[in-house]
Amino acid sequence: MSQRQVLQVFEQYQRARTHFVQAVAELSSRPQNVGTLRDAGVISLLRPLLLDVVPTIQQTAALALGRLAYFNDDLAEAVVTGDILPPLVCSLSEQNRFYKKAAAFVLRAVGKHSPQLAQAIVECGALEALVICLEDFDPGVKEGAAWALGYIARHNSELSQAVVDAGAVPLLVLCIQEPEIALKRIAASTLSDISKHSPELAQTVVDAGAIAFLAQMILNPDAKLKCQVLSALSQIAKHSVDLAELVVEAEIFPVVLTCLKDSDEYVKKNGATLIREIAKHSPELSQFIVNAGGVAAVIDCIGSCKGTVRLPGIMMLGYVAAHSENLSMAVIVSKGIPPLCACLLEEHEDHIKAAAVWALGQIGRHTPEHARAVAETNVLATLLSMYMDIHSSEDLQLKTKRALKNILQKCTYLPALEPLLHDAPPNILKHIVGQFSKVLPHDTKARCLFVTTGGLKKIQEIKAEPGSLLQEYINTINSCFPEEVVRYYSPGYSDMLLERVENYQPVL
Amino acid sequence: MAALVRLEARLSRLREEYFRKNRSVDEDRKIVYKAAVKIQSWFRGCRVRAYLRYLSKMVILIQKWWRGYQSRRYFRKMIKTAYFIMKMNFYNEMAVRIQKTWRGYYVRKYTHNYYALKKYLEAISLNNEIVRNELQEYAEMNEKEKKKKDLEKKEKEKKYKARKMHYLLSTEQIAGIYNSPFRKSPDPMELLLRQSKPLSHRQQRVKSPFTYDLYDWPTCKRPPAFPTGEPLPPIGRQKPQGPFRDTAEVLRQRYKPLEPTLRVAASISSPLEKAREEMKREEWIKCIHEHDVLFTEKILIIHSRFLPFSSYHKNKKYELSIHASEKKGKETYGIKHFREVQPNKWIAGKDFQTVLPSIVLFEKFGKTYSRAGQIV
Repeated sequence: MSQRQVLQVFEQYQRARTHFVQAVAELSSRPQNVGTLRDAGVISLLRPLLLDVVPTIQQTAALALGRLAYFNDDLAEAVVTGDILPPLVCSLSEQNRFYKKAAAFVLRAVGKHSPQLAQAIVECGALEALVICLEDFDPGVKEGAAWALGYIARHNSELSQAVVDAGAVPLLVLCIQEPEIALKRIAASTLSDISKHSPELAQTVVDAGAIAFLAQMILNPDAKLKCQVLSALSQIAKHSVDLAELVVEAEIFPVVLTCLKDSDEYVKKNGATLIREIAKHSPELSQFIVNAGGVAAVIDCIGSCKGTVRLPGIMMLGYVAAHSENLSMAVIVSKGIPPLCACLLEEHEDHIKAAAVWALGQIGRHTPEHARAVAETNVLATLLSMYMDIHSSEDLQLKTKRALKNILQKCTYLPALEPLLHDAPPNILKHIVGQFSKVLPHDTKARCLFVTTGGLKKIQEIKAEPGSLLQEYINTINSCFPEEVVRYYSPGYSDMLLERVENYQPVL
Repeated sequence: MAALVRLEARLSRLREEYFRKNRSVDEDRKIVYKAAVKIQSWFRGCRVRAYLRYLSKMVILIQKWWRGYQSRRYFRKMIKTAYFIMKMNFYNEMAVRIQKTWRGYYVRKYTHNYYALKKYLEAISLNNEIVRNELQEYAEMNEKEKKKKDLEKKEKEKKYKARKMHYLLSTEQIAGIYNSPFRKSPDPMELLLRQSKPLSHRQQRVKSPFTYDLYDWPTCKRPPAFPTGEPLPPIGRQKPQGPFRDTAEVLRQRYKPLEPTLRVAASISSPLEKAREEMKREEWIKCIHEHDVLFTEKILIIHSRFLPFSSYHKNKKYELSIHASEKKGKETYGIKHFREVQPNKWIAGKDFQTVLPSIVLFEKFGKTYSRAGQIV
C-alpha cells in the first residue's frame, strides 16, 4: 500500500508538471501574456523541464520556450543567458522528431532577433546539430532546421560563413528537391539568405548546384515558393557578371517572364528584381534580356502594379537604358516611356519617383532622338515642377536636376522646351537657352514659332551677368533676329515709345 | 612883285596858318596814327591769314595724301585677308565634303549599320508583341484555372451541405423548407437534396500515439513510415501448380556468369612464342639481321639514320628551301598597299548600292588580268 502511495505522489507531480507546461505553452501563444510570464520567471522554471524524463513534457516545454522567445527579444536573451541552449543542442541529436522540431523552433526564435543572439547560438555548437537535423527523414524536422539556419544566416556574412562551414549548403540543395512544398520554400529562403551577403557565399551556393533546381522550381504554381525561389536567384545574380551569367545559362528566360504576370504582387516584384539584378551588370546581359522580350514584360508589369512593387521594374529599365543608346532605343520602341511618366504622376513616395526620374534621365541622355522621344510626352514640365517643389526630398531634387540636365543637353525638340522657359530656375535655364541658341540659327520656322509663342519676349526679360554663358547664349539668340524685333520685345519698350511721343515736337 | 606883296600880306596869317596846320595835323595825328595802325594791322593780319591758309592747305594736302596712302594700304591688306578667308572657306567646304563622304562611308562600312539597327528595332517590337500576347494568354489561362477551382470548391461545399442536411428533404405529407407549396417549382437546393446521399456516421479518426495536436505541421500529417531496405515479397502468393522448380533457383541458374576453364581463359599461343614474335618485329623495324652481328656495332650508327622518326636529326635545324621561304602569289607592291581592304572587319555582308554610274578607269582596278582578290 505504501508503494502505491509513493507512486501516487509521483503521478501527481507528473500531472502537475504536464499541466503547467501545457498551460504555459498555451499562454505563450498570445503575445500579450508574454510580459507577465517573463516577470513570473518562466524561463528558469522551464529550464529543468527541458530535461524531464517524460518526453511529452520535454517537447511541450521546448515549444513553450520557443514561443516565448519568438515574440520578445528580452526573453530570447534570457534564454541565451539562462544557459538553456547547450542542453537543447545536445538533445537535438538524440531525441525524437517532435523534440527536434521544437528545439529547432527555439533556436529559430532566439536567432531571429539580433546578430549577437545568433552568434551565441553558433558559439554553443548548434550549427552542427542543425545540419545533422537536415539529414533527418522527417520533412518537418528538416524544415525546422532549415528555417533556423536561415534566420541565423540572415544577419551578416560571418554568420552565413559559419553556416556554410558547417556544411549546410549541399543538404539544403537536397532539401530543395524534396516533394514537400513548405520544405522547398524554407530551403529556398535559407539559400537566399546565405547568398545575399557576399560573392563568395553565392559562389558556394552555386557550386553546390543550386541554380538548376531553383530554375526548375520557377514553374511551380505555388506563389510563396516562387517568391522565395526568385529572391534566391536574384541574391545569387546580384554579385557579379559571372554569377549572373550562370543564372542566365540555367535557361530561366523566357519562363521568368510568366512570373511577371502572376496574380501575386510579391512574385511580380521578385521577378522584376531578378531581371534587374541580371540586367545591371553588362550590356550583353541587357541585350540578351531585350532580345528575349523581357523589356516588354517588365513594362507591362510596371503598368499593372502600384507602389513599391513597381520599383525594381523601373530600376531595370533605367539600367538597361544606361548601357548603350541602342538598348535605350529598344526601351523607347517597346513603349517604355508612358508607364514611367504615369508612375511619376501617380506615386506618392519620393524614392519611387526618384527612381522613375533617374530611369527617364538614362533613357533620354544619349542622342537628340532619345531626348525628343522623352520630351514629346511632356514629362519635362513635370520634372521641372518636381525640382522646384519644396516638399520633394533632397535625393529626388538631385536626381531630377541631373536628369533634366542630361536630357536638356541633347534635346532639340523646341515645342517641349518652350513652356520650360517661363518657370525654370537659372541653372536649368542656362541649358534651355543654350539649346535654343543651337537650334534657332539654322531653322527659320522655329524662329517664327519662337517669336509668336512669346519666347523671345521671355528671353529679353532674363537678366544675366555679362560675360556668363547665359549672356552669350542670349546674344546668339538675339543675333538671329532683326534688331527692331529684338528692341520691340525688350522690356520697357512701350514706355520708351511713350516717352518719344511725349518729347516729339510736331512739324507743321 | 605882286606875288611878294601877296605873300607878305599872307605872312601875318602864315604863322596862324602854320600853327593851325600843325595843330590840325597834331590833332589828326592820333586819329591818323590809329588809322595807320589799323590799316597796318589789318594788312598784317591779311598776310598772316593768307600764310596760314596756305599752310593749312599744304597740311591738308599732305594729310590727304598720307591718309589716302594708309587707307589704300589697309584696303589692300583687307582685300588680301578677305581673299584668303574666301579661299579658306572654299577649301574648308571642299574638305568638309570629302570628310563627310568618307566618314559616312567608313561608319556605314565598319561601325554602324543603320538598316540593321532599324531591322533590329522592328524585330524587337515584333518580339515584344508576341511575348505580350503569350503572357496575356498565360494570365488569362491562370484566371480561368482559378475561377474553375473556385467554382469546383463551391460546388463541393454545396454538395457536402446538401448531404449533411438531407433530412430537410420534403416528403409526401410535409413539404420541406425548400419546397414551399406557393412556389411554382422547387428550389434548386431541394433538387440537390433529392440527389444527395445521406452522410454516414462520422468515423472516429484513430489517433496514433505519435500524433499530437500541438504538432500540426503542414508537412507532417501522417505518422512516420520507416523506410525498409528492400521490398518484401508479396504475402500469400500462391505457388504455381505443377512440377516447377523454385523461381529464385531458376533465375540464379539462368543468369549465372560464365566461369571459363584455365585452358579457355589462356590465349592460344604460349607466352614464349609471343615474346619471340615481339623480338622479331623489333628487329624488322631496326633492320638488323642476325648474320650481320659482326658489323652490328659499326653499322648501327649508319643505320640509325634511316630509321624513321629517329632522333638523329633532333638537334639540327630544318632549313627551308628557297621555294618555300618566299611568299607565294603576286607581288603586292603598288596594288595592296595603296588601297587596303579588310573584309573581316566589315559589318554588312553586301556591298553598297550604286546610284551613279561608276568611273570606268576605277572599275578596272584589280580586274585587268584576273578576277582574283577583288570585292565581291
